Amino acid sequence: MAFHEIVVTVNRNREQLAVPSNMTLMRMLREVLALTGTKNGCSAGECGACTVLMNGEPVNSCMVLAAECDGAEIITVEGLAGDKQLDPIQDAIIQAGGVQCGFCTPGVLISSRALLNRNPDPSEDEIKEALVGNLCRCTGYARIIEAVKEAAKIEKEKV
Amino acid sequence: MEKSNTQKVQSPVGESKPRIDAFEKVCGAALYADDIQFGNKLLHARIKRSPYPHASIKKIDTSRARALPGVKAIVTGEDFPGFIGLYLKDRHFFCRDRVRYVGDPVAGVAAISEEIAEKAVDLIEVEYEVLEPVLDPEYGASPQAPLIHPDLHKYVVANFIFPQPGSNISNHFKMRKGNVETVWKNCKAIIERKYCIPHIQHVPIEPHVAIAKVDESGEVTLWDSSQSPFAQRDLIAETLGITQSKMRVIAPLVGGGFGSKAGVSMESLAVAIATKVKGYPVKLRLTREEEFYTAFVRQGLVAYFKMGCDESGKILAMENTFYWDGGAYTEYGVNITRAAGYSCTGPYEVPNVKADSYCVYTNHPVGGPMRGFGMPELHAGLEQCIDELALKMGMDTVEFRHRNCLKEGSILPTGGKMHPTGLSECLEKTAEAIDWGKKALSSAPNKRRGKGIALMWKAPAMPGNAGSSALVELAEDGMLTLGVGCQDIGQGAFTVAAQMAAATFGVPYESVRLATPVDTRYSPYEWQTVASRITWSTGNAIIKAAQDARKQVLDLIAEAWNENPEDLDIVNGNVVSYKSEREIHVKDFAVKGLPKPDGKGWMGGPIIGRGSFMPTDVTGLDAETGQGEHAVVHFTTGAQAVDLEVDLNTGKVEILKAVAAFDVGKAINPDLVKAQMEGGLVQGISSALFECLQLKDGYVQNPSFVDYRIATSADIPRSMQTIIVEVPQEDGPWGARGIGEHSMVPTIPAIANAIYDAIGIRFEGPPFTAEKIYLAMLEAGIIKE
Repeated sequence: MAFHEIVVTVNRNREQLAVPSNMTLMRMLREVLALTGTKNGCSAGECGACTVLMNGEPVNSCMVLAAECDGAEIITVEGLAGDKQLDPIQDAIIQAGGVQCGFCTPGVLISSRALLNRNPDPSEDEIKEALVGNLCRCTGYARIIEAVKEAAKIEKEKV
Repeated sequence: MEKSNTQKVQSPVGESKPRIDAFEKVCGAALYADDIQFGNKLLHARIKRSPYPHASIKKIDTSRARALPGVKAIVTGEDFPGFIGLYLKDRHFFCRDRVRYVGDPVAGVAAISEEIAEKAVDLIEVEYEVLEPVLDPEYGASPQAPLIHPDLHKYVVANFIFPQPGSNISNHFKMRKGNVETVWKNCKAIIERKYCIPHIQHVPIEPHVAIAKVDESGEVTLWDSSQSPFAQRDLIAETLGITQSKMRVIAPLVGGGFGSKAGVSMESLAVAIATKVKGYPVKLRLTREEEFYTAFVRQGLVAYFKMGCDESGKILAMENTFYWDGGAYTEYGVNITRAAGYSCTGPYEVPNVKADSYCVYTNHPVGGPMRGFGMPELHAGLEQCIDELALKMGMDTVEFRHRNCLKEGSILPTGGKMHPTGLSECLEKTAEAIDWGKKALSSAPNKRRGKGIALMWKAPAMPGNAGSSALVELAEDGMLTLGVGCQDIGQGAFTVAAQMAAATFGVPYESVRLATPVDTRYSPYEWQTVASRITWSTGNAIIKAAQDARKQVLDLIAEAWNENPEDLDIVNGNVVSYKSEREIHVKDFAVKGLPKPDGKGWMGGPIIGRGSFMPTDVTGLDAETGQGEHAVVHFTTGAQAVDLEVDLNTGKVEILKAVAAFDVGKAINPDLVKAQMEGGLVQGISSALFECLQLKDGYVQNPSFVDYRIATSADIPRSMQTIIVEVPQEDGPWGARGIGEHSMVPTIPAIANAIYDAIGIRFEGPPFTAEKIYLAMLEAGIIKE
């Protein structure tokens, strides 16, 4: 197996790694960097549990090769919060009761963050569309959607 | 003294406290089984599985696989002769002489990487002789069907399960009450229908994962995503031939269970392989594809209903026959068919009942417990028949349900009397919330609008002696550590547990932490996190444990202050005297006790309370009649209604509004109760509109999220309303009873009844896909091509 030298920024930390050709970004995060907040639900790009931000865009990290991440900036669920403060979407999802088993939560939070970054004032339909790739079996989605609305409101007030 | 200083203190019970595990879950810090790091010694397991639904094993050759570098162990059925199973021991770890479903484990491999393990699996050669498969439960129950378990008569079975040796029927539950035959002629209206409910899958977003390690002395440790660490300890140890205490199960957070992680399934494979590589942790993780066809599935059901009522609309009789497609092994599934048997009338008072509920072996995936435990399947047809019977009588379906539904004191199908229940209130409130009786207009000319309603009931289906226990310990800082053996599978069990401990002992909710992860070596016993029994059963144990600790505290302080314990209370972590108005915080004596008043020596010491709970009043049911005094501990009842539109151009159903009301006795945490009602409703909608494990000749055709669609954020109702009804359960903590599973029980029939209201068509079973509805509308002449 060929290895690739990459330099990748993960949660604002610069990492220099040698990754095998067939290693996915998800496995790199979970197995090499021990960032296990990113979840493996299907390894096929279908459930959204492994969603991370890659250069600001939400991607299924099981569908991206680690070797492709040379020079990229990755944010995982562990990198959402600031030093002492949760991201507004993290706060909002707790308040709204949008967490149950928690396995889809990291991906949901990342997709929501990406939505709010590109659209600070999303409509309900836009929220639903942004989360359509994040399967959740517990909550019935309504409280997650409420949380995104609430986070948008809080962020707008801050500005 | 009045409790002046305590009146402002709100009990944590009945408050919508934030989840105790929410912070770690939103930060990505929450630990699930797949997240535990085992270092370089970790081996990876893969499973060689049967490619046939039914075949005998002629020969297994593992020599080529063994020769592959990196392979550390290979096991087959030869290595493990023992049987395993919860209610009926009908399974081996690995198949020995025959395979019974596509995916049945034949051999297991441990290797230094998943890739090598996968390669080794391909190198194992198995010679089969293909046998005729049984692919239909009704045929399977007939004498013509080939036997899937010829040794059924030899299997160890629980005393309330009745297998029929010499057949594929692994349980036959019978109910004979009154006399159905003589009553039909007195009926003004009779409905006879057949319904078929397909297999579906639980689809937890976290796939099954288990890591097992066996040390040199033979002690086994299993880390897994589990609803049942104690049942796994018990069953796996027994099958391995070791004592329970030599088996330790550590169960971190569960990424969704819904029943699929109850009992024992793939965990035993990891343990079996690990016995051959002592000292090495062995990880087995199901792929999503394996999750769909090798993990438990919800059993299929073919159900026949006949029911009749008199002129006044009073139901006189029901005759129900259920053929459950139990799959290749029914060790757990037999009890689903029993539960469906004693609940066969739905939540109605019916004086004459004849019911036969058959659990039938087929060469389909293994049926197991899933949210609702037989009730969604049974209610799907039953609640449509109730609608039809009412309409045939020219009665309003809500009024008809009112007349017949169970009230306190109603006679149950099993013979005893119904306890206090808010079922009528649930029905009324649901009807009101959906504007029952008012025909709403369609939003567009190409849409037809309809409303439907359905009721439900469900009891925890478990052995009568399923126990719970809890420990409460005070730490130096006055925090209360609560030990439980139940699992948080997303439902919020840990949060509610903390609230109950806090309220009983007298500390704020924030002062309780859970002694988790559950570890059978340290955690107090819990039968299983199933049956929506935790709030009720574990709750009762927690109350006792917290009362025990509280008594130790009050006795100590009473002695120290020379007062009566009756004059003392614990409020917000302070022990207060209503007599002397003295006050001391628990942290001031929690661990180190107090000096004696005379200064000579010490009193008190570490405070630790214990509590256990087990129902004691559940009686058996007669094998021939299904009659008995106290069949189950209690029933949770409820109702759902939907208002929907069918698109005439596409057949697509859109749910405009959905309402759910359940009698939970007491909502310990109202927000969590509502979250269960919403989540179950959407899972129910998903099962009604989309979900079906497509089986062709025994092969699952759609084992992926692309082909097996579950509800997404775009599929939820435009609005959901949830209503909490609280008619207290006499023996429940603060009156509480369960809600987790009930929330998806009446959803399929509520939707089916609404579709009928909209377009006048009924279907033999779900899912009510756009395609199916469109074609049915074409056939009925409602639309033209």
